[in-house]
Amino acid sequence: MIGLSLAYLKDRGLNTALNILLLALSVASLVILLLFSSQLENRFDKDAQGIDMVVGAKGSPLQLILSSVYHVDIPTGNVPLDTVELLRRQLGVAEAIPLALGDSFRSFRIVGTEPAYPALLGASLAGGRMFAAKMEAVIGADVAARTGANLGQRFVGGHGMSSGDDGPKHEETPFIVVGRLKPTGTVIDRLILTRVESVWDVHGIADPGEVHHEGESAEDHEAHAGAAEVTAVLVRFGSPIAAVRLPGFINRQTNLQAAVPAVEVSRLLALVGVGLDAVRAFAVLLMLTAGLSIFVALLTALKEREGDMAMLRVIGASRAAIIGQVASEGLILASAGATLGLLLGHGVIGMAAASIEQLRALGLNALTFHPGEALIVAAALGIGLIAALIPALRVLKTDIAETLANAR
Amino acid sequence: MSSPDTLTHSKTAQGPLVEARGLSHARDGRTVMAIGDWQLQPGAHALLLGPSGSGKTTFINIVTGLLTPSHGAISVAGEAMSALPPAARDALRRRTIGLVFQTLRLIPALSVTDNLALAQQLALGHVDRAAIAGMIDRVGLAHRAAARPRQLSQGEGQRAAIARALITRPRLVVADEPTSALDDANAARMIDLMFDVADGTGATLLVATHDGRIAHRFANRLNLMAPVAA
Ligand SMILES: Nc1ncnc2c1ncn2[C@@H]1O[C@H](COP(=O)(O)OP(=O)(O)OP(=O)(O)O)[C@@H](O)[C@H]1O
Ligand SMILES: [Mg+2]
Repeated sequence: MIGLSLAYLKDRGLNTALNILLLALSVASLVILLLFSSQLENRFDKDAQGIDMVVGAKGSPLQLILSSVYHVDIPTGNVPLDTVELLRRQLGVAEAIPLALGDSFRSFRIVGTEPAYPALLGASLAGGRMFAAKMEAVIGADVAARTGANLGQRFVGGHGMSSGDDGPKHEETPFIVVGRLKPTGTVIDRLILTRVESVWDVHGIADPGEVHHEGESAEDHEAHAGAAEVTAVLVRFGSPIAAVRLPGFINRQTNLQAAVPAVEVSRLLALVGVGLDAVRAFAVLLMLTAGLSIFVALLTALKEREGDMAMLRVIGASRAAIIGQVASEGLILASAGATLGLLLGHGVIGMAAASIEQLRALGLNALTFHPGEALIVAAALGIGLIAALIPALRVLKTDIAETLANAR
Repeated sequence: MSSPDTLTHSKTAQGPLVEARGLSHARDGRTVMAIGDWQLQPGAHALLLGPSGSGKTTFINIVTGLLTPSHGAISVAGEAMSALPPAARDALRRRTIGLVFQTLRLIPALSVTDNLALAQQLALGHVDRAAIAGMIDRVGLAHRAAARPRQLSQGEGQRAAIARALITRPRLVVADEPTSALDDANAARMIDLMFDVADGTGATLLVATHDGRIAHRFANRLNLMAPVAA
């Protein structure tokens, strides 16, 4: 009987193909939405793990979070180096990690920080050692894979956050790769980590802890040295009281702002979510349309096949077998549509990740599956089954003898 | 299921394959078919002859269990077809009857071979490819086995329909108007073929027609009268 279903589907091949395509498109859009939003949220959570608060220059709190936690936006500005010490002195602060941003190498950001930063995100070395001296760099797994940089290799950063090779180069201050990190599935994979002082060096800012070189006049020093600054400070709280007290305390400082990743991310997701909901509603509508289309196709096909059905009953098919046969047509359509939709959905995600830098940076990945996809497939199969069963049950009401007598 | 097959066989070995007792059928208070008592012996070729509207199709629907008669009873292969519940009727029909219609009712989406395979699967629960090939060869369609019904000529289609009715080795082959759309030569060939194949499988043949051209071929004739206004 499955063979019969396949024969019928093949017999109206164009219609079958269109219905499969329609269902596949709806499944694909739902899968894309699901993967996109879940992977985005997952990535947002993972990148912000352990970071309870970010302190940076005044400006948009979302921008501060995006630039210093997710490394996707430009920073709001710089804050004095003292801020790190100020934060470390506060009660309830377990860790305060400085970040100095501004340069990049082949579109990978160079981040001046401390070894505590990779430790916070759970990164461990795959080879070499952690940066210690100035101009030593540890590269994330993606950086290593995509630039082919090896331990011991020297490179110069370019000014700018992502344009990479277009920015002016800091030729006179090369970095040396001393370590490589294991893949973490976080933003760290795409970063080049070094000491804060290295970033200062590149920009000719004097290390306040460093003795003036001999023969260098005070004026010389002042001429090319701005004040020692960092871009942002990542803070991990040691006690819940800090969460209540500290953001307010920081925001009252004239030139500082504190932003809480969890708050900003949920605000962002709520914004994005409205758009995603609209697209999701459209995709659900598309799936219902596909169901309706399968329903109409089967209804007309079964109307033409009333004689066949009667004949099948005459040559021994039970009622259940007839229902099963029609249901299997709907299910075959639905599973073909669902399978194609899954392939299409993952394919589109893969292509998007391969061709759009920002999406890849957000950790979009075609090869991970979400449990919700099973639900989407189940919905598609359910719709196919219902679309088939309604006309199938109708057929059962027809009188075989009458059908055989009439349809000539 | 009432009795095992072996018992049914032994029962019908002596008795008639089809037996009608006081059989008639009324629709909307009007008698549309009246046969009374009638028997069909195993292996016989019987003709049901009558003008249009005389109740031939009605009778065939009753024999095959598709219709319950309003009066009297009919038994097929020793079982009281008209008294059986629907599922048992389906089973009895599946086991014992092969049907050929004037409109052939081959499944258009399936090849000749697959039409036979489906019938075999439904009736016997398995597919015997060798038997199918043999049957198709026997009706002279070996070269058309892979063709779809709509690619067949009328005569080829009829042969395919007969082959499908016989592939399940039914004890009773029932044909409703198998020749009325055919010219003389093809009508004669159709009857030859049915006789030949039915005799080859030992099947009993019941043919309903208003086609006087083939009447002389049957020894056992049952004449139905045009209905009279009640
Ligand atoms: N579904 C039905 N409802 C009402 N009357 C019917 C129905 N089917 C058949 N009849 C009537 O029953 C009578 C017998 O019909 P039947 O089809 O058995 O005749 P037939 O001998 O097969 O005719 P034909 O040679 O034209 O096929 C006819 O008068 C017909 O109008
Ligand atoms: Mg008739």
